[in-house]
This record gives sequence, C-alpha cells and structure tokens, in this order.
Amino acid sequence: MTDQEHIQCRELLGSLSDYIDGTLGEQLCREIERHMSECHNCRVVVDTLRKTIHLYHQTAGPADLPNSVRERLFRTLHLDEFIR
Amino acid sequence: MNETSTPPISLEALRAGDRQEFARLVDVYSPLIYRLALKMVGDEQDAEDVLQNTFLQAFRHLNEFEGRSHLSTWLYRIAANEALMLLRKRRPETSLTDSLPEEEPLEEPAEFTDWCCLPEEELLSAEGRARLDESIRLLPETLRVVFLLRDIEGLSIQETSQALGLSETAVKTRLLRARLKLRDLLSAYYSERLTIKDESHD
Ligand SMILES: [Zn+2]
Repeated sequence: MTDQEHIQCRELLGSLSDYIDGTLGEQLCREIERHMSECHNCRVVVDTLRKTIHLYHQTAGPADLPNSVRERLFRTLHLDEFIR
Repeated sequence: MNETSTPPISLEALRAGDRQEFARLVDVYSPLIYRLALKMVGDEQDAEDVLQNTFLQAFRHLNEFEGRSHLSTWLYRIAANEALMLLRKRRPETSLTDSLPEEEPLEEPAEFTDWCCLPEEELLSAEGRARLDESIRLLPETLRVVFLLRDIEGLSIQETSQALGLSETAVKTRLLRARLKLRDLLSAYYSERLTIKDESHD
C-alpha cells in the first residue's frame, strides 16, 4: 500500500457510519466506492462493519421483562392493583 | 400484548394522575428500558435498580415533560442518566479524568479478515451471541450508551442526541467509534472461527 492510498483510507474512515446508514452525500459515496474497488482492506472493513451492525440488529428482537421484575417494579411504584 | 391495537399513551391522563394510564405507560416501556439498563450495566440487580429509578423519576418529573420529544425518548434519557450515574458510582475515579471520545484521534482498524461468509447460524450461535453482548460491555460507557440507543433500541441520530443531551455531530462521532471498536472485537473472534473451519476442511 502506498502512503497516498493510506491517507485516503484514513480520510474515508470518518464517513463509514454515514455511508452504511445511507445518509452520506452522493459524491462521497462515489469516492468511497471508487476507493473500495482498489483497496482490499477498506472493502473488508466496510463489509464486516455492515455485517457487525446487521448482527446486532438481529439480536435486538422484541424486548421482554421477567414477570418477577415487573411485579417488583409495580410494587415500587405503588401500582399493585395493576399487577394482574 | 398487541401494541398495534393499543391507543397511544395519553399525556393528559398521566398529568391528571390517572393511575391506570401510569400502569399502561410502565407496561409499554419497561421492557425497553430494562433491556437498555441490562446491556448498559451488565448486571440484573443493578439493571432492576435503574429500571425502578427511571419510572420513579418519570412519575416525579412528569409535569416537566414538554412533549418536544417522544415520551420514549424522554424515558430513555432518564434511564441513560441513571445507568451512567450507577456506573460512575462504581468507579468514581474515572468520572473526572475521562476525556471526551471525539477529542481523541480515531483508532484505525486493525483486523482485515473477511468473515462475512460465515453462515448466520454460526455468527449468531449461543457463543456468538454471548460474544456480541460481551463486546458491548468492553466499550467505554460514553460510546456504549450511544450504540445501544441507536443500534439496539433503534433511535434515530436526532432522538439519540435528544436522549443524551449531545449534539448530533457528537452522537455520530461516538457511534462510528463504537461500531468500529465492535467490528475489531468481533473480527478477532470470527476470524478465529474461520480458521478453525478451514482447518477442519483439510
Ligand atoms: Zn483503503
């Protein structure tokens, strides 16, 4: 990797979150895509970063609250009659 | 609970002291607040304290809620504060010396193995999921809270900034740092799985 390329890798790093969320301007998107087509490391970083976020989204299903925790919460809030 | 058919929480009823509406508010939001608390503090007992304090605070300060953000964002804000306070109480020596994450130079990625090809059932195996949770706990708390609100609870950048009292720029910077750090942590783990898999094929 030449120094010139490495400088570009660093510059693009700051835009990766916006790029993956689809909130980056069109011109910067094109720059990132052009750079990725020539830089293996950045391509891997973008792909694995996207996958990382995807995996966390997968694990964030519907939240649930254990019954015992709910019951103690209702008692603390003096909402005992709504425990059911 | 069928959330799609329940009417929205009525702020007027809450302000008028309608206890049934309070109970409904608690039932709608407590699972979300508990999940945030648990992932934030990593301990069930402490998470329950955060949960209880969040709703106690909410009830106490309900008339200060002006409706400029969603009710959920407001509750997340209280919960995030409670969780951060609890963590700082645990380690009081770090609270004053902690530098702001956006002031430090961005750490460059260190792992360049492409593990995307691992099958989803392996990525999300029980061990994989445990590693995902553990990696969140390794984040500095100022990054962790941003990541949890945005990528686990699904708040927008704007809602996250409202919930944390941070600028949107600060939220974006912290989110990027959190995501890159998690990517590095997971890459170390998954590329090891990849090696094991390759060796078993030989
Ligand atoms: Zn590059």
